[in-house]
Amino acid sequence: MTGANPRSPKLVSMDTLLSQEERPRMAEPAPRGRLKILLGYAAGVGKTYKMLEEVHELKKQGVDVVVGYFEPHGRKDTMARVEGLEVMTRRQIEYRGVTFEEMDTDAILRRHPQCCAVDEFAHTNVPGSERNKRWEDVHVILAAGIDVITTMNVQHLESLNDQVWQFSGIRVRETIPDWVVQQADEVVVVDLPPDALLNRLKRGVVYTPEKARLATQNFFKESTLVALRELALRQTAHEVDVRYAAQETQKPAVAEASVAGPPALSAETQDKILISVTADPASAGLIRRGKRVADYLHADCFVAFVHSQPDLADLPPAERLAVEKHLNFARNLHIETRILEGKDVAQTLVDFARVNRVTQIFLARPRKLPRLALLRPSLVQQVVHLARDMQVTIVAERHRSTAAVEREV
Amino acid sequence: MAQTLVLRPERPDPEALLRRVQAEEERERRGKLKIFLGYAAGVGKSARMLDEGRRRKERGQDVVVGATQLETNPEVKALLAKLEVIPLRMADGIPVMDVEAVLRRAPYVCLVDGLAHDNPPGCSNGHRWQDVEQLLEAGINVIATVNLQYIEEERERVAEIRGRQVKESVPQAFISRAEEIEVVDASPESCLELDQADPCGEADRARREQQLAQLRELALLLAADVVDHQLERYLQAHGIELWSAQERFLVWITPYAEAGPMLESGRRNAHRFHGELIAAYVASPDIAPAEKAVLDRNLALARDAGATIEALDGEDPAETILDFARARGVTQIFAARGGAANWWDRVLGGPVDHLIRDAEGMDVRIFPPVTAPAHASLGV
Repeated sequence: MTGANPRSPKLVSMDTLLSQEERPRMAEPAPRGRLKILLGYAAGVGKTYKMLEEVHELKKQGVDVVVGYFEPHGRKDTMARVEGLEVMTRRQIEYRGVTFEEMDTDAILRRHPQCCAVDEFAHTNVPGSERNKRWEDVHVILAAGIDVITTMNVQHLESLNDQVWQFSGIRVRETIPDWVVQQADEVVVVDLPPDALLNRLKRGVVYTPEKARLATQNFFKESTLVALRELALRQTAHEVDVRYAAQETQKPAVAEASVAGPPALSAETQDKILISVTADPASAGLIRRGKRVADYLHADCFVAFVHSQPDLADLPPAERLAVEKHLNFARNLHIETRILEGKDVAQTLVDFARVNRVTQIFLARPRKLPRLALLRPSLVQQVVHLARDMQVTIVAERHRSTAAVEREV
Repeated sequence: MAQTLVLRPERPDPEALLRRVQAEEERERRGKLKIFLGYAAGVGKSARMLDEGRRRKERGQDVVVGATQLETNPEVKALLAKLEVIPLRMADGIPVMDVEAVLRRAPYVCLVDGLAHDNPPGCSNGHRWQDVEQLLEAGINVIATVNLQYIEEERERVAEIRGRQVKESVPQAFISRAEEIEVVDASPESCLELDQADPCGEADRARREQQLAQLRELALLLAADVVDHQLERYLQAHGIELWSAQERFLVWITPYAEAGPMLESGRRNAHRFHGELIAAYVASPDIAPAEKAVLDRNLALARDAGATIEALDGEDPAETILDFARARGVTQIFAARGGAANWWDRVLGGPVDHLIRDAEGMDVRIFPPVTAPAHASLGV
């Protein structure tokens, strides 16, 4: 496990946890490129088009800019827009006898422009590529001091995964951890009313006719589009809020202008959130939810698993795998994780929370809670009973809305 | 996992159905309104509107320009050259949209820049948005631009951010009635680059950038609210269970525990999530004076926190709260520990246990007691 001795969690203060997370970012020396994300809510809203427009604009201003990767999707408007721009050739990668084309990151680094446009930030590279995810390639390009303009849809954001599933019935597999988006210097929404998008779809602008018919049964259901659009607008507002709040705390001299809301870290008590995970599959949703709440409240957040041993060696293999998966998932979202040693799960959790001045404990709601609370109380009931001085949040698994279920009938 | 299919039990009553049909007919007859919403000058609203006009014209629609800004950039000028423009008319030495000329011309679509313009006295309408209303009434579709800073309900907040008040305004209700709203977004930096009018120092620039960031947030949230209402209407019309991208916080108020910290947290959460805050209590007929006092205090606090207050009727308090929460699409319920710690509550679980057990699809947050443990140390 990361950090100090997991045997004595009570000695680890939250301040050390925080500084550990902050440290690698602070240590970065080279002037990183600036990252700009064009955020949409579906294919066809015009992200790629907008990206290419910005490239033209930059070129006009005399910036050395190339198109590192773009996905024409066979759209005429988009194809026309790339004319007169320098487009990097792609890298061919052979996988199981099929040739795939991926962005050639090395070629971009050699070419070293001032700015590089990269379509589809959430893309997963074909096995055999140097890096798993395109956003990891983008990080390499940024680290070399090259600015990047990229595109993504809101449903690829990790923290929205459950919500998107809830109303669309679709589990998005290609996700981007929220911190990756939060590190972007700019997030700009590419908006289009769903009616206009559905019209484009009908006119065959977005997809070929038969693909369009399939699409209207998936993400392109009207209610789903409206909901995704709302998510994109709210998410962008949140990204503006986060950046604005960060500026605010950095420059107290200009903080007077603040009226849109209380500044980030005023006299308000700072929240600290502890997410208690188990081998239960509901833990993934719990982690996403806890992290999302922490992000919105500007709170510290960490994940703990309680076990009678200092490590997981004695757990049955399946259970161990599940717990490790959840802890890994949390770390991928930049959440500090801990294994707490203790016989009594609830007591260990609450003690740890108390020592670390946690304000909120997050637990998953079990599928079935015993009706006779006193006889065999569940973990939730025990924690609620013990943590009388804290807030305890019981997170329910979301079921799909009828909007999503209806579609499958 | 078990898949629960929740269908709305209640059917729309005939009255409501009639109203809906009438509204439907009214909508058919009226022109459609589309609005490009930007948060500042220079984000590119006019260009986007005119570009849409151009594309529609190319697709064969009869498009005219009813009103444009007087000072325009080269991009806008180039677009204008491709479209039919109905010249502005002079009224009292001030150029205004020539509504009569547009009505006579009766195009399929009319483009109207700067929805917030005021007309000088003597015009039949005091405001340009009323001119647009007249066009819509006549069955002409309108595409218009508006700057967030001129929306009536936002003016106060905008003035606080910018330090100056704008005179003209458009009521938000007019914006919300638009069939389509499209956000024209851009980073504050790009607006500042265009803003050559005030060349400024580093500190000034930072301040301007922050102002713009706040305005931008307001514009995005306004658009999200309009979209949320569209979603609600759509789901209701199709009899689909309410679902929302918005967080809704429900604070359960009782006469037995101080709700101050819960409401404060609710206010802060609603603010941070740009969500809705609701405070609900289950009315009980036999309530002691001391308890009544606590309840009244809690309700006053709820009002201060900006919550919508709901009084509910029901036999079983937890069940009543849950029913209400489901109907309103609540995402999180805040509840305080407490209630009567009878021996059967200890065995069967109290109202809070009940809440946790049955709050499917919602989060429940249990708050610590406020007053001394002697008063509030009751079973959960």
